[in-house]
Amino acid sequence: MGSSSSSRNKIPNAQELMDQTGFSSAHLLRLYDRFECLDRDNRGYLSPDDFEAVGGLAMNPIGGRIIDAFFSSGQDTVDFSSFVRILAHFRPTDRNRNKEGTQQELPNSRTRKLKFAFQLYDLDRDGKISREELLQVLRAMLGLQVTEEQLQSIAERAIQEADLDKDDAISFDEFKKSLEKVDIDTKMSIGFLK
Amino acid sequence: MPSRTVSHGSSGRLRGLFLVMVLVFLESSVFTLAFASSDQHSPTTAHSDGHKATDHGSHNNTGKAFPVLDLNYENVRVPFEISLWVLLASLMKLGFHLVPHLSNIVPESCLLIVVGLLVGGIIRGTGETVPPVLDSKLFFYILLPPIILDAGYFLPIRPFMENLGTILIFAVVGTLWNAFFVGGLLYGVCQIGTESSSILSRIGLLQCLLFGSIISAVDPVAVLAVFEEIHINELLHILVFGESLLNDAVTVVLYHLFEEFSGIGTVTLVKGFLGVISFFVVALGGVLVGVLYGILAAFTSRFTSHTRVIEPLFVFLYSYMAYLSAEIFHLSGIMALIACGAVMRPYVEANISHKSHTTIKYFLKMWSSVSETLIFIFLGVATVAGPHDWNWTFVTVTVILCLVARVIGVVGLTFIINKFRIVKLTTKDQFIIAYGGLRGAIAFSLGFLLEKDHFPEREIFLTAIITVIFFTVFVQGMTIKPLVELLAVKKKQEAKRSINEEIHTQFLDHLLTGIEDICGHYGHHHWKDKLNRFNKKYVKKCLIAGERSKEPQLIAFYHKMEMKQAIQLVESGGGIKLPSAMPSTVSMQNIQPRPPTKPAAERAIPQLSKTKEEEIRKILRTNLQRTRQRLRSYNRHTLVADPYEDGLSDLFLKKQKMFQIEKKLKEMNTYLTVPAPPPDSPTMCRARLASDPQAYSIKPALNKVPMIQVDLASPQSPDSVNLLDEFGQANQQEEEEQGLMMKPPSRPREGKKPGEEDEAKDQQKLMRCLSDPGPSADEDEDGAFLP
Repeated sequence: MGSSSSSRNKIPNAQELMDQTGFSSAHLLRLYDRFECLDRDNRGYLSPDDFEAVGGLAMNPIGGRIIDAFFSSGQDTVDFSSFVRILAHFRPTDRNRNKEGTQQELPNSRTRKLKFAFQLYDLDRDGKISREELLQVLRAMLGLQVTEEQLQSIAERAIQEADLDKDDAISFDEFKKSLEKVDIDTKMSIGFLK
Repeated sequence: MPSRTVSHGSSGRLRGLFLVMVLVFLESSVFTLAFASSDQHSPTTAHSDGHKATDHGSHNNTGKAFPVLDLNYENVRVPFEISLWVLLASLMKLGFHLVPHLSNIVPESCLLIVVGLLVGGIIRGTGETVPPVLDSKLFFYILLPPIILDAGYFLPIRPFMENLGTILIFAVVGTLWNAFFVGGLLYGVCQIGTESSSILSRIGLLQCLLFGSIISAVDPVAVLAVFEEIHINELLHILVFGESLLNDAVTVVLYHLFEEFSGIGTVTLVKGFLGVISFFVVALGGVLVGVLYGILAAFTSRFTSHTRVIEPLFVFLYSYMAYLSAEIFHLSGIMALIACGAVMRPYVEANISHKSHTTIKYFLKMWSSVSETLIFIFLGVATVAGPHDWNWTFVTVTVILCLVARVIGVVGLTFIINKFRIVKLTTKDQFIIAYGGLRGAIAFSLGFLLEKDHFPEREIFLTAIITVIFFTVFVQGMTIKPLVELLAVKKKQEAKRSINEEIHTQFLDHLLTGIEDICGHYGHHHWKDKLNRFNKKYVKKCLIAGERSKEPQLIAFYHKMEMKQAIQLVESGGGIKLPSAMPSTVSMQNIQPRPPTKPAAERAIPQLSKTKEEEIRKILRTNLQRTRQRLRSYNRHTLVADPYEDGLSDLFLKKQKMFQIEKKLKEMNTYLTVPAPPPDSPTMCRARLASDPQAYSIKPALNKVPMIQVDLASPQSPDSVNLLDEFGQANQQEEEEQGLMMKPPSRPREGKKPGEEDEAKDQQKLMRCLSDPGPSADEDEDGAFLP
């Protein structure tokens, strides 16, 4: 007990983080260890090249976007609390807590998860996924294996299906609606973060 | 008149039902006749053979009259009887669906067992001995494999893999728990509860444990039969069904273990340890055998582009051999079959033709359907046949213990499993899982296999097994549907998977993999990603022929959807009438294509086509409700209702374009008999071609035109321009792509193929015809001439 409380003291604002994100102190510790591991120069914050040093991200088609998602606009450093807040989106949803009114505020609610994913599409932050943005994502995921025309067709088709207000772009609500059948709670959760 | 058709429909049904009843009556009378005559005839044929032998010597003297009409039943007896049984089964199936509300209340399996009882009763009533129809060899080698193969080939891989841990725990630990609990307590009851002189007390512990292991296995046939009708949500379905499939390994091991022990008589620790090891060998060995044969099948299918006709045969043969090979070594045949089907499917489907895919699907469904029906009927007949030894204590204790063991097992295991699951299993889920643990014919066949000398209590066991089966199938099977309604368990969602879902799901997969990498946690997504990469890089290159090996999943999915839509449009859009041809059609031949990235220029299309496109798109949207994915067709019942299920073929590109062309053509014309294949359009066109000198000059011009995207869904795509361009491109590509079906008609076997190439040519001709805006009256005239 003694050691854990002293290492908890290493983490700034531990209690506040726990309340806001819903992580337990054990999880917070684990994340802190991981944070320190990624932070090779021990600067107390992470920069993009720390992320790029992570193995799998280079091969990931949307690796760059994920890394950018950690850095809120303008800054090029991520401190521990931002790191935790982002990862909190991927906590499995606690179904039993639905009754309490606080569920909506926790970052791992379904809406917040979807919002996070939406922002990865919507790079210019205008609240809509335009055709061009969708094309960029498709290009990244499918790479050189398909022709440009096929990509266009797919993007066109996707927007047609989802776009209900005919503004030729997918807003967040339309995005949510098109994914209503997918079990986001399972899909966007990591067991590690439970 | 709607009212007339309704009454017509119901009277038609009644008529059909009556006809079926007459047929069944006829058939059962033939049956009894057959059995009767088979006994009578054998002596007479022996006699007549004897006569013939003696006659030969004196054959010149006695000149027998030439038999104009002779009765010789013995030669055809066996195939005849088999066919009669299968016919009976199929007629029963027919009959059930004609009776108005019966199939909603009573599951088919119950009805079939009742039919079996009736048939057995009839046969016994006429004094003949009931044939031992549920012979274990017949069951395990002929009746069971089609059902398992059907299940394995169409197994939904994604939910199965996601829940694999849960399924394994239920299958292995759950079955073990059930076996030992039931066996042990039964032994205790037998020893304690009854007097020492009764037969029960002589049942040894090993026998009880063996009995427990036979009766504790959830049966895939029964589960499939009942669960298919209740349309429960995917998670529960895969949990119960997966458990029923995977517990075969446990059952095989336990069965052989206890059988051998009770034969030998002594149990040592070493043997117990060996038993545990043999479990792993059986399970993993079975899977390995299956995977091997699956890879072989996939590899073979790579080279079948010239012999499309026998492609389905490879699938069936390799799977059956996997099953039999596993059975040689006493490995789990069911797991081998499942592994074979699941492994070979993605590669085989990328290689085989569209028609072969349909053939495989329909054959599997047909065989498994017939098998299932036969199994239940035979269960009924075998019940009548006996031999039975009813023992009240034993039977009731067994039934109660089975239920109790199942409930305790499920609840206990779920408690442990929920600690590791992201999506917990609720109480409702647990109830359904426990209630869905049906026993079936596998248990009976295993019991039937027991030898009388080792197991003097064989009849008691058999009676108890049959009672448990009846109880689970009838009581649980009938009540599970109302219970599902009552508890408001989530039902299966209609699998209308949109392209958005597909894109976003893939996106989320990548996202989660990235996050897992950042967290340093090698979870689910990480391994799935690794497997996908490995698959793409090495395996697909080996096992998939030609260019399809590089096609990403999203593209395949997209094209599948487009083709489905196109087919639907073709089938439903025949009634769209447009005012007569637009002036743009004539000039379209010479219009240069524009690059696709200028949406502004595309708006130059006349207004009419846009409204028509809107109409077509509306039709598409409403029709889209009916599309089903072939990935989800693991339900025998959905197959019957949906003709649009056929998936992508390897000439998706050509077909897609052809259908798009048809669609565009329909817009431009008043009436067009859409060819599928068209018997009349060549005629129509030849009539026009003769008068159209321009027709032949189009093709050369096309070759120089770069490809333009034709998009079924794009609102402002230039219709006819793309039409011609696409077609030129399609013709060019014909030569390039390999492994595709559309080769020059050098293989006359598959009659459709030259037809399809003609179809392509017809399309071209059609196009040329229509570029000449003939008056609409012409077409009606042509229509009148065609019969």
